[in-house]
Amino acid sequence: MLNCKEVTRLISESQERKLSLLEKMPLKFHLMMCSGCKNFSQQVPFLSQAMRAFAKWKGNEP
Amino acid sequence: MMKQTSTGKKNGDADEASVLTDTEYLEALRRQMHKFATLQLSDSHLAEDAVQEALMGALKNAKSFTGRAALKTWVFAILKNKIADVLRQKQRLVYASSLMHEDEESEDFSDLFNVKGFWQADERPATWGNPQDALHQGQFWKVFEICLENLPGKQGRVFMMKEFVELDANEICTEVNITVSNLNVLLHRARLRLRECLENRWFTQGGQAC
Repeated sequence: MLNCKEVTRLISESQERKLSLLEKMPLKFHLMMCSGCKNFSQQVPFLSQAMRAFAKWKGNEP
Repeated sequence: MMKQTSTGKKNGDADEASVLTDTEYLEALRRQMHKFATLQLSDSHLAEDAVQEALMGALKNAKSFTGRAALKTWVFAILKNKIADVLRQKQRLVYASSLMHEDEESEDFSDLFNVKGFWQADERPATWGNPQDALHQGQFWKVFEICLENLPGKQGRVFMMKEFVELDANEICTEVNITVSNLNVLLHRARLRLRECLENRWFTQGGQAC
């Protein structure tokens, strides 16, 4: 069974590549039971979104 | 009663003209760009060059701008390309001599995870509610910038290359001279650290409340 460190690694890598079915299944299983990793999985896409929006903010100040 | 000072007169043309003649504004813009480029390139001189080129390029076509917002968007778009160019040129000159450090590669996460690899009780990611709301708050972006700057050297740069300059993984690996697995390790760490910082400094601080 995957631990949280491995799960966060897979979630991070899922931003770079498509995960295999063998990776996805235990990942999903873990996320059903672990609120910390579930929150992490929702925060990672937000970080990308924020990073892209960062430039816009930079462009709108002062 | 609505009479304003002489600078208060606003129409499209006046606004456009003022952008190019407002040296104070251009200086503020230049400072922002410089800070941004320095964060990306970790080299003040290279950053200065990129900013100069971007500003020159943008001001050449300044007639087509209808105001400050358009100008800013445009110069930052150009700056982004300049940064990508510089990173490409920089590759052999700089990165060859600054390969990933051992300590960075083996940075341990015992503060985040226990020996079995599960979250330490006080490090477990919390719910952020509607984080998108933060994107509209100037104060959030100050925190975001601090958190980015706090990332250890390569983590921050690689993360920005990936998520902001939008280079693809192969390009980053070639440029920073690391393997794909090194890259994944760095991105994983950058995300963990950035997330942790934002949570501690913003999302559990009630910063988003008002």
